[in-house]
Amino acid sequence: MFDFIPEIPLSDWVDELVDWIVETFAFIFNPLKNEFGDFIEWVAEMLGAIPPIIIMVIVVIGAFFITGKRFGLAAFALVGLLLIQNQDLWTEMMSTFTLVLISSLLSVMVGVPVGILMSKSKVAEQIILPILDFMQTMPAFVYLIPAVAFFSIGMVPGIFASLIFATPPTVRFTNLGIRQVSQELKEAAEAFGSTGAQKLFKLELPMAKGTIMAGINQTVMLALSMVVIASMIGAPGLGNPVVSALQRSQAGAGFVAGISIVILAIIMDRFTQNIYKKEE
Amino acid sequence: MPVIEVKNLSKIFGKNVKDSLKMLDQGKKKDEILDKTGDTVGVNRASFEVEAGEVFVIMGLSGSGKSTLIRLINRLIEPTEGSVMVDGEDLAQMDKDNLRRVRREKLSMVFQNFGLFPFRTILENAEYGLEVQGMDKSERAEKAKKALDLVGLGSYIDQYPRQLSGGMQQRVGLARALANDPEVLLMDEAFSALDPLIRKDMQDELLDLQQTMKKTIIFITHDLDEALRIGDRIALMKDGSIVQIGTPEDILTNPANDYVERFVEDVDRSKVLTAEHIMVRPETINIEKHGPRVALERMGEEALSSIYVVDSNRQLKGYVTADDASEARKKEIKDLKEILKTDVPKVKRDTPMQEIIAIVYNTPVPIAVVDDGKLVGIIIRGSVLAAIAGEGEVNTDV
Repeated sequence: MFDFIPEIPLSDWVDELVDWIVETFAFIFNPLKNEFGDFIEWVAEMLGAIPPIIIMVIVVIGAFFITGKRFGLAAFALVGLLLIQNQDLWTEMMSTFTLVLISSLLSVMVGVPVGILMSKSKVAEQIILPILDFMQTMPAFVYLIPAVAFFSIGMVPGIFASLIFATPPTVRFTNLGIRQVSQELKEAAEAFGSTGAQKLFKLELPMAKGTIMAGINQTVMLALSMVVIASMIGAPGLGNPVVSALQRSQAGAGFVAGISIVILAIIMDRFTQNIYKKEE
Repeated sequence: MPVIEVKNLSKIFGKNVKDSLKMLDQGKKKDEILDKTGDTVGVNRASFEVEAGEVFVIMGLSGSGKSTLIRLINRLIEPTEGSVMVDGEDLAQMDKDNLRRVRREKLSMVFQNFGLFPFRTILENAEYGLEVQGMDKSERAEKAKKALDLVGLGSYIDQYPRQLSGGMQQRVGLARALANDPEVLLMDEAFSALDPLIRKDMQDELLDLQQTMKKTIIFITHDLDEALRIGDRIALMKDGSIVQIGTPEDILTNPANDYVERFVEDVDRSKVLTAEHIMVRPETINIEKHGPRVALERMGEEALSSIYVVDSNRQLKGYVTADDASEARKKEIKDLKEILKTDVPKVKRDTPMQEIIAIVYNTPVPIAVVDDGKLVGIIIRGSVLAAIAGEGEVNTDV
């Protein structure tokens, strides 16, 4: 019907753009891939070297205190971790945990400052909001393709893809949290002669802390889901047994790996949730 | 020299500021300007001076621009035009660093909803102004504690704002403002969020504190009773303009226009007016010259049932009633002293009307207003009632 309009070679353009980025920024990507990759592996090894029993004890005690001395989460964590250990998925679980930890930390390091910038400038907000929408609605798999082009396969592209996919909630909630601080409190800070930085650190960030933590909680959950998907490009972890079970049509193995992810997700979710609930 | 001198201060919210200013020059009204340019006139050419140690109240209804005006004074809102001189420095022209210095050292603000930081303890809240100046911990804690002691909260320093009642929270707000030892306190509807009884206590406390502090206070309120109670002078605002500036008595007795008149119509005058506003010129007789016959004649002329008796220096001696005077004439008594009654209800010039009301109902004769023993006026029931009703019969030439 619209034959008179030639097909726009959009995909070719994007390909060319990605190629151009790869070539032009190779001097950034290569050391990132190597140095950062080594660093992540080192962290993973350090965490992996801790005997499971110690980690279990730490998590169970932590769960007990962080939920206000209740046994629910502690009991769940104990049973869950024992099950993972029993199913011989401990190493995979620790790899996944390491990836989530690092990519979440990076997301927070990037997301909070961007959120602050957004809250301070209407222009910045108007530019960044649509970008965040784009980042979140694009199917997560799509990020894996350029990630492989930039960093080949392994942990680093997984973290890169997770960073793009999981950062938006932290940005949004930081922006929201700061904008929610009441006008009168902002005026009070200003009326007593606060500098911009004093207002931010002595009033706005403490006030926004709960909201920002809620965003970080979501970021952690998104990072976890992305890290699992990243197994398709060779990131180690609990995603691997899922992918291979899929390829071999092994429902049982897939379920076991899946339930392990759920256990890890619930523990991480409750931990981050209770941190910010406690603050309030 | 005034501490604060505001000149032609204007604030226009909107995008066509130049056009709006022109229209203001042409004397156009707020509504017309909103129609034509879409701009809102926040404050229109406000000018006033506040002397050191004065409590200057800016009062008006919501939307009158009073909150905007107080924020123009410490530049929480950027003025469109005009100047705010604080100790001879123009705040409106200042760069950021100087503005911050003035805010830290000279101007403190107290907020309607207290503006306390919920995650800080009472002490940490009171310290805030000193903390941002970079004062070290022990010194600022000491000063903040002193300020908290001043408002009676010395024992609450480790609590959090939400643990305190509204009145106590506002004391913290006041302590935070006082901890800086500023010259000027800006109080934005500081007591409006409190319930009436607490509000009255806070007003009293502020006045007590003011006795010793002698700060310059600019106080915003929509409550005329509050304005009359605490203000040395009051500026009345309407539609962004100041319509009248004067002492509480000025505002009540000489309203500048219909608006002010209507505004003060409902005020509880008994709290503001004093004896000298409602007294009238007394009919008297002189004890040294006159006898019962003259007393009777005077009373007859004016249709009075009693008359006050003074001496040649207008010192009040007492009163005689018509009944006694006619008895005395029958018995041919010549000397007034024999029928003189001395149980005179007396008040001073500045006795508030509230107290007068209590007296006027229990006395058969008019109340005498005395100054140094001299009779300066009398108060009859009718003039008390007229004053309460606000019917202009008050004495304005005092």
